[in-house]
Amino acid sequence: MKRIISSLSAFILVLLTVLPFIPVASAGDYSHLKGTEINVYNWGEYISDGSEGSLDVNKEFEKETGIKVNYSMYETNEDMYNKIKGGGANYDVVIPSDYMIARMIDEGLLEKIDFSNIPNYSNILDEYKNLYFDPKNEYSVPYNVGMVGIIYNTKMVEGTPDSWSIMWDEKYKDEVLQFNNPRDAFGVAQKYLGISLNTTDSEEWHRAYDKLKEQKPLVSSYVMDDVFNKMEGGEAAIAAYYAGDYLTMVENNPDLAFFYPKEGTNIFVDSMCIPVGCQNKEAAELYINYMLRGDIALANAEYICYASPNRAVLENEEYSFVDNEILYPAEEDKPPTEYFHNLEPETLMLMTSLWDNLKIEGNDDKSIYIGLISFTVIAAGFAIFRTVRKRKRESMY
Amino acid sequence: MKRKDSLAQRLCASPHIVWSALFIVVPLIMVVYYAFTDKTGAFTLDNISRLSDYTTTFLRSIWYGIIATIICLVIAYPVAYIIARSKARVQSTMIMLVMIPMWMNFLLRTYSWMTLLADNGVINNLLAKIGAGPLHMINTAGAVILGMVYNFLPYMILPIYTVMTKLDNSLIEAAQDLGANKARVFIDVVVPHSISGVVSGITMVFVPSVSTFYISQKLGGGSFALIGDIIEMQFQISNNFNFGAALSLVLMILILICMTVMNRFGDNDESKGGVMI
Repeated sequence: MKRIISSLSAFILVLLTVLPFIPVASAGDYSHLKGTEINVYNWGEYISDGSEGSLDVNKEFEKETGIKVNYSMYETNEDMYNKIKGGGANYDVVIPSDYMIARMIDEGLLEKIDFSNIPNYSNILDEYKNLYFDPKNEYSVPYNVGMVGIIYNTKMVEGTPDSWSIMWDEKYKDEVLQFNNPRDAFGVAQKYLGISLNTTDSEEWHRAYDKLKEQKPLVSSYVMDDVFNKMEGGEAAIAAYYAGDYLTMVENNPDLAFFYPKEGTNIFVDSMCIPVGCQNKEAAELYINYMLRGDIALANAEYICYASPNRAVLENEEYSFVDNEILYPAEEDKPPTEYFHNLEPETLMLMTSLWDNLKIEGNDDKSIYIGLISFTVIAAGFAIFRTVRKRKRESMY
Repeated sequence: MKRKDSLAQRLCASPHIVWSALFIVVPLIMVVYYAFTDKTGAFTLDNISRLSDYTTTFLRSIWYGIIATIICLVIAYPVAYIIARSKARVQSTMIMLVMIPMWMNFLLRTYSWMTLLADNGVINNLLAKIGAGPLHMINTAGAVILGMVYNFLPYMILPIYTVMTKLDNSLIEAAQDLGANKARVFIDVVVPHSISGVVSGITMVFVPSVSTFYISQKLGGGSFALIGDIIEMQFQISNNFNFGAALSLVLMILILICMTVMNRFGDNDESKGGVMI
C-alpha cells in the first residue's frame, strides 16, 4: 500500500512538473497542417525579418507550426493587383491598402475570412474595424496604419514649414522629391488645392494636373524607395512620403524633420487579406492570427516603424514608439485626413493618362528635333558620298 | 548547291525552333492582338490613334539612342582595334577587363552611378577636395546617356574586336607593298573589313538604349520619360495592357526601320563575322 501511495505521489509529482509544458489544445489544433506551405505576398521592407537583431517573424512561424512560408514582395498595390488579377500566381496572404481592398472585393478577388480562426482579432482597436472598404469586416484584418506627410532637411529649409506649399516654393528648385506613382502624387496636389482625393470631377483632376506640371521644374526626381537614400544623403531638401518611413530615415540622418501639412493629408490602412485561389486557407488564417499576437505584432511595429492598430502593441511597455507624436499624434494635432477610395474606371483612366502627360513633358523638345534632323542630313550625305565614290571606283576598273 | 538537312540536323535544331516559337513568335502575336483590341477584346484602333501624343517621347528615345550609339562607337572602335592588334596574352586580359563589369547585375551597376553622380556624390566630393565647384550631373539627359554608354559599351567592343581579329595581316602587308601609307591602310583595308562588326555592334547598343526604362528612371530622376518608361507604366501602374502593347509594337517597327536603314550601310561589304539583323 505504501508503495502504491509513493508511486502515486511520484506520478502526481511528475505530472505537476510536466503539466505546464503540455500544450493546451487552444484556438484550434493545427498539427495536421504541419509540412504544408503558404505563400505570403507583402510590401518590401514590411515585416520584421531578423536583420539588426530583430525577430525573424516568418522563421518563428515556421518553427512554431511546421508550415513553410514562401515570402515574396511587391512595390506597389498595382503590381500586386496585376499579379493576382492575371491569375498566374497563387497566394494565401496578401497585404493591400484600403482602396485596393475595396477594388479587389468589388471584383471578387478576395475570399471571406473565417474570423473564428482568428481569436487575436480582438487585439485590433475598434477605430480600425468596420472601415469603409470592408464595412462588415469580412475580408480584411488591419496590419499597419499610416499617413502621408512632408520630410525636410532642417539644414536646407528655413523655418518650420506647415503647408504643402513648400513643395511649390521656387527657393527649393531641384531639391523637391515627389512620389513616383500617380495616386500619391495627385494626392499631394489635391490636398494642396483643397480638392477631395476621390473626386470624380474631371475638371478638378485637370487642376491638380496643372499644379503638378507647375511643380515639375522644381522636382529633382520622382521616387519611391529611393527616397531613403536621397533624403538620408542630403540629396534633396523636401520629400512627401509616408510618416513611418521618416522614422527609419531620421535614424540615419538626424537633420531630418517631419510635419503633417495643415491642409490635410491621406490616411491609409494596410490589411491582411486572403485572395481567391488560396490553396491553404486554414494555414493562412493561422498566419494572420499569428501576426496579430502581441509579441509578433510588437516585433513588426518596432521594425517597420508604422503605426500599429493593435492594442497588444500599444499597451506594451516595451514599445518604443508609444509616445511618438508622429505615429500617434494627439487628437488636437491630427491633420484632417482622407482615405483613398477605389476610383471609377473612367477616373482611373483620366488620372493615368494625365500622369503619362506629366511624364512625357521635357524641356529638350526643340533640341531633339534639331538633333534628329541634322543627324538624318549627315547620314544621308554620307550615304550619297559612299555611293558616288563606289560608282566612280567601279567605272575605274 | 543546296543540300537537304539530315534528320539528325533537324532534330538538333528542333529545341531552338520550339523555343523561338513559344517565347518569341507567340508573344509577338499577343502583342499585335492586344494592340488592336480594347479591354473587352473587341477590335479597336483607339490605341494606335492615341500614339500621336507620344511622338516627342518616341523621338527623344531614338535621339538618345543614336547619341549613345555614336559615343559607344567612337570609344569602342579604337579600343577594339588596339586590343585586336596586341599580343595574345594581353588580348585575353583586356577582353577580360571589358567583360568583368558584365558579371555584375545591370541594375546594380546603374544604381551605383546614382551615388557617383549625385550632387553630394563621390565625384562631387572629389571635385570639392581639389577646389572645383560642384557639377550638377544626376537627373540630366547627360547622365542618362552616360548610363547607356557605360552599360552597353561592351556590346560594341566585342563584335568589332571579333571581326578585327579575323583581319589577315597579309592584307595589310599587301596594301603597304602597294604603297599605301598608314592612314590609307586603315581607311581602305581595316575599316571596310570591320563594317559587319560595327553594324552588329550598333544593333546591340541601339536597340537596348532605345527601349531602356531603368536607366532613365534612376539617372534621369523620372522627370523626363523615354518610351520604355511609358510602356512600363502602362503595365505596372495603369494596367492598360492594350495601349502598352500598341506602344511596344510601334517601338518594334521603328527599331526595325532604323536597323534596315543601318544595314543598307553594311550590306554591300562582303566581309563576314558579324551578326546581322
